Parts: sequence; C-alpha cells; structure tokens
Amino acid sequence: MDTFNALMHGFSVAIEPSKLLFALVGVFLGTAVGVLPGIGPALTVALLLPVTFKLDPAGSLIMFAGIYYGGMYGGSTTAILINAPGESASLATALEGSKMAKAGRGGPALATSAIGSFVAGTIATLGLAFLAPWLVEVAVKFGPWDYFALMILAFVTVSATFGDSPLRGITSLAIGVTLGLIGIDRLTGQARLTFGVPELLDGVEVTTLAVGLFAVGEALYVASKRFRDPEEIVPIKGSLWMTKEDWKRSWAPWLRGTAFGFPIGALPAGGAEVPTFLSYSTEKKLCKYPDEFGKGAIEGVAGPEAANNASAAGTLVPLLTLGLPTSATAAIMLAGFQQYGLNPGPLLFAERPDLVWGLIASLFIANTMLVIINLPLIGLWVRLLAIPQPWLYAGILVFAAMGTLAVKASVVELSMLFVFGFLGFLMRRYDYPVAPMVVGLILGPMAEAQLRRALQISLGDPMILLENPGSAILLGLAFIGLVAPFVMSGLNRFKASED
Amino acid sequence: MASTSSAKGADIPALVVAALLLIAAALVAYDAKSQTIVSTYGVGPTAMPYVVSAVLGVLGLCHLVVAFREGLPKPEAVDSTAVLWLTGGLIGLIACIGLGGGFIIATAIVFSATARSFGRQALAVDFGIGLVLGLAIFLMFSKLLQLTLPSGPLEKLF
Repeated sequence: MDTFNALMHGFSVAIEPSKLLFALVGVFLGTAVGVLPGIGPALTVALLLPVTFKLDPAGSLIMFAGIYYGGMYGGSTTAILINAPGESASLATALEGSKMAKAGRGGPALATSAIGSFVAGTIATLGLAFLAPWLVEVAVKFGPWDYFALMILAFVTVSATFGDSPLRGITSLAIGVTLGLIGIDRLTGQARLTFGVPELLDGVEVTTLAVGLFAVGEALYVASKRFRDPEEIVPIKGSLWMTKEDWKRSWAPWLRGTAFGFPIGALPAGGAEVPTFLSYSTEKKLCKYPDEFGKGAIEGVAGPEAANNASAAGTLVPLLTLGLPTSATAAIMLAGFQQYGLNPGPLLFAERPDLVWGLIASLFIANTMLVIINLPLIGLWVRLLAIPQPWLYAGILVFAAMGTLAVKASVVELSMLFVFGFLGFLMRRYDYPVAPMVVGLILGPMAEAQLRRALQISLGDPMILLENPGSAILLGLAFIGLVAPFVMSGLNRFKASED
Repeated sequence: MASTSSAKGADIPALVVAALLLIAAALVAYDAKSQTIVSTYGVGPTAMPYVVSAVLGVLGLCHLVVAFREGLPKPEAVDSTAVLWLTGGLIGLIACIGLGGGFIIATAIVFSATARSFGRQALAVDFGIGLVLGLAIFLMFSKLLQLTLPSGPLEKLF
C-alpha cells in the first residue's frame, strides 16, 4: 500500500491553493492552445520555460502537465468543429468527429470526447501511479550502459513513429543530436562546433529550437499556402448532451482506447498517432453499425480520443521514472525539470517524493478540472476559433520573439531562431517530422554522457554494452526497429493501398 | 501526394539535402579533429562527434540514393509574397534588437509584418496593436516576473 500512501501524500501537496491555481492556469492555457490552430502544448511549454524560471518548481511542473493534458482536450474541439486537427494525435478524431458536427451532432461528439478523455486520463494516470514505483525499482539497478541502450532504442522508435519515412525521421533526429553537440563538453571543458562564436558555448537552447521549429516554421508554412480555402467552423446545433444510446455506444470504445493508448505511450514507442489509429480501426471493425463509419459514428470519436489522452499519460511513465522523453512535449518538459536542477528518474522519487507525487496527484485534479471547464464552457473555446488568422499568427510570433529574448537577449539567439524557423518550414514542406529533432537535442547529450560513463567503468571497452544482458537486449530491439521498416517496406506499400 | 518518380534525372531537393548532410558530416569530423583536449581514458569529447559525423554521412548517402529513385515528396506551391513579408518581419526584429531599438518596437514590427503576410491590409493599425502588445509584455516581464527584455528608447521611459 506504499503507492497508495505516497499518492495520498501527493494529494495533500496538490490541493494547496497555490498548486491548484497553477493547475487551473495550466489546463486553461492548455485547452486554449489545443483549440487554436498553429500552437500546441510543446510550443506553449517551451515559451513558458524562461518565464517560469524564477517560480516554484513544483507549481510550474504542475502547470506544464496541465498544459499537456489540456492540449489533448482542446485539440479534439478543433478536430471536430473545423475538421482541422490541431495535433497529429487528433487526426483520427477528425475523421468521424467532423462528420458528426456536420450532421448536427457536434454536441454529443464533443461530450463523448471530453468524457472519454476524462475516463482515459484517469485510468491512465492511475496506471502511471502504480507502474511508476515498480519501474523505479527496476531502474535503480540500471547501469549507464542500460540507460545508453534505452536512449538508443528511444531514438529509433521516436524517429520511426513520427512521420511516414524512417529515413526522414532519422535525419531529423540526427540534426537534433548534432545540434546537441554544440557548446562546451561537460566532462572536459572542450568547446565543440562553436566556430569561435562565444554565444554558442552554452549550447543550443531547447526553447530557441522548439520555438523556431514550431512557431516560426509553422507560421511560414501556413503563410506559404495561404491561398487555400479557409476553414469553416461548424456551429454546434442541438443538445450538448449525449443520449442513452450515445452512452451505450461510447463506454466500451473509451476503455478499449485507453487499453491501446496507455501501453503504447508508456513504452518508449513514442507518438499518439499509432494508438489513435489502432483504436479507430478496431472500433470500425467491432461497431454494430459499420455503415455509419465515414458518416459520423460516435465510436470513431470516443475510442481515438480516449487513446490519445491515455497515451499522453503513458508518455509520463518513462519521463518520470527514467528521465526518457518520447514526445516533443515530454522532451520540453524534461528541459523544464532540468532548468530547476531536477533530473527525473529513480533518484527524484527518493529525494523529492513530495514533488513527484504532488505532480502525479495534480494530474487527477487537472483531469477533473478539464472535463468541468470543457463541457459547460465549450462556447468560450469555440469563440477562440473566431480570432482572425493574421492576428493569431502575428501574436504567436510575438510570443516566439518574447520567449527567445527572455532566454538570451542577443542577436545571435534571434538569428538562430530565424534559421531554425526556416529549417522547420523547409522540413514541413518536404515532409520531414520536426519532433525527433527536439528529442535529439535533449536526449543526445544525455546518451553521450551515459556512454562515456559506461566506457569509463569498462576502461574503454565497448563490449560492455553487449556483455550486459539488459543493454544487449535493448540494443537488439533498437537494431530490429531500425532495420525492420526497410525490410518490410513492401508491407508498408500494402498498408498504403488499403486506405 | 504526387509521388510519381521522374524517370530521367535526379530529384533536386533530395540532392541538396544529401549535399548538406555530407557537408555537415565533414564539418563535425573536422571540428572533432581540431580539438585539443584529450581524455585520459575511456572516451574523450571527440568520440561522439565522430559517431554523429558517420551517421550524418550515411544519411547523406541514403538521400543520394533517394534522389535517384523516388525523390522527396513534391511540396505545394508557395505564396512567395507572404513568405517574403514574414521573412522581412523577422529580419526587422533582429535588426531592431541589434541596433538597440528595444523590445516594444521590435514587437510592433513582427506583429504588423506577420499580419500583413497573412493577408491583412492595415499595416499602420497593426503596428499600433503591436506597440500596445509589446508594452504590455514588457511591463509584465519587468514588473511582475522581474525579467529583463532588451531596452531601447521606449523602454527607458518606464
């Protein structure tokens, strides 16, 4: 019952008024940025990193988690009402959700996604609370070689699951790792890849890269194809509430969606796209009214939405227990921990239980807040969609400049923002995923540190990586993950033609 | 997605990516080679750069192969006026900060240029909105969060 006690203690931390306020601000911001196209949770947390530098660490981290959860709720609103998924995680929701909205059933679609998100989020957070202590015990026994192998595995899965092409995913990741090399080497003080520019000695800031890729790159990309048809908001007609029939058809997809989302999010397999689409196709097969699919079947909203939220909670498992980020938002949250000198992992559970368990407990609270602020306040969120696009993106770029200048007020930093922005723009145009790059920037230096630690223990013998069963298995999995997509490219083609 | 492979010739974007990756690989390797500090035992600061350089090199060669096969996905047409306005706004931002114009004016430049690039035709009004927005952010940062943003003539008034 240790977990239970720890969780109860966490709740006593999380219901302090200041923590509740941070959680509330987080879920409001998260929902807002989830609803708004062009700005997501990763970018928002990145922008807030420099701003929260001097605030209370526990409160800020609770706020970041609220933004992460809120972004998942808000994304579904946009997906349903304007058929423009804010995040790739909401792609599956948009398929049936927008059809439901056009058929005048937008209300129940929003309700099933909000309640489904709540159910999934709560179950998955429970999963996190009970899985984490167990994983921490395993992780205590990990040597640096195991951590290194785990990070290599995360590299492979992250670059393979984002986007369509493993080659482009790995390229994006490799650019991120290269950027991670820039600056002073922490062990020896050797300056690397700085080319005599003193501003580069501190390395590339996560905020600058994330803001450049996600804000500037996205703005350039959207502006560049502006002449396409404007999106239309479907007004919500009829009742917001779900009928008895809707409930009956929703509960099983919620649970199945959770069952897909949580494990896939928790394994370092990265991405919320895989479980949402798995859930969508499962519901399509199991549905009693298969001909409704494609015309607005409620199961097709309930399942993917639950999967999407469950995977967000799942992502926090490797983040908190191993310090291993598997999504862009998780990577930036890790940077958030690091800015307070905190390193997620087994040690953090032992040293700062109040912080870790307070954070986990606040996830339950954030989830409850979200379902409350989402259902009755849906009209408010819909009104956000009416902000004119020029002002929306102008505002996003102003905040991008603000975030960058708050980190380091220098022309060099702004020029890097500019370069990363154009890089993000070009990568979007040629279908390179940008998320692996952010993960690479953060995980690259960590992987290097673990590798060097491992090789110092073995006096330079690289075989230590293969002699330890843990790291050998993980590296084997990574190798399979790397080679499999190329071997099975024939299979991929089959999958594409099925659609 | 128009992924019809052009039978003759190579895909130019893929070739460019390949070239850039190979140049990056060479740069990383050159930088590692010219480093002076060596570790006593274990691996020093040059090991990882060599690994990264090798990976970049392999990725560059893969892109070379891709260039002569299916190529990269063909992107949609670009609205170049919009991109130019946005780029101009960003360069204006850098110049304004670099020349000591301060955060508020820089904000106004970015805001109005971005709004213009997304199709609004009210540059002066947007510049005004940008000034107000910049002032609000500056005051919030300096008074509430005690963080400093770059100061120019306008910021010194507060």
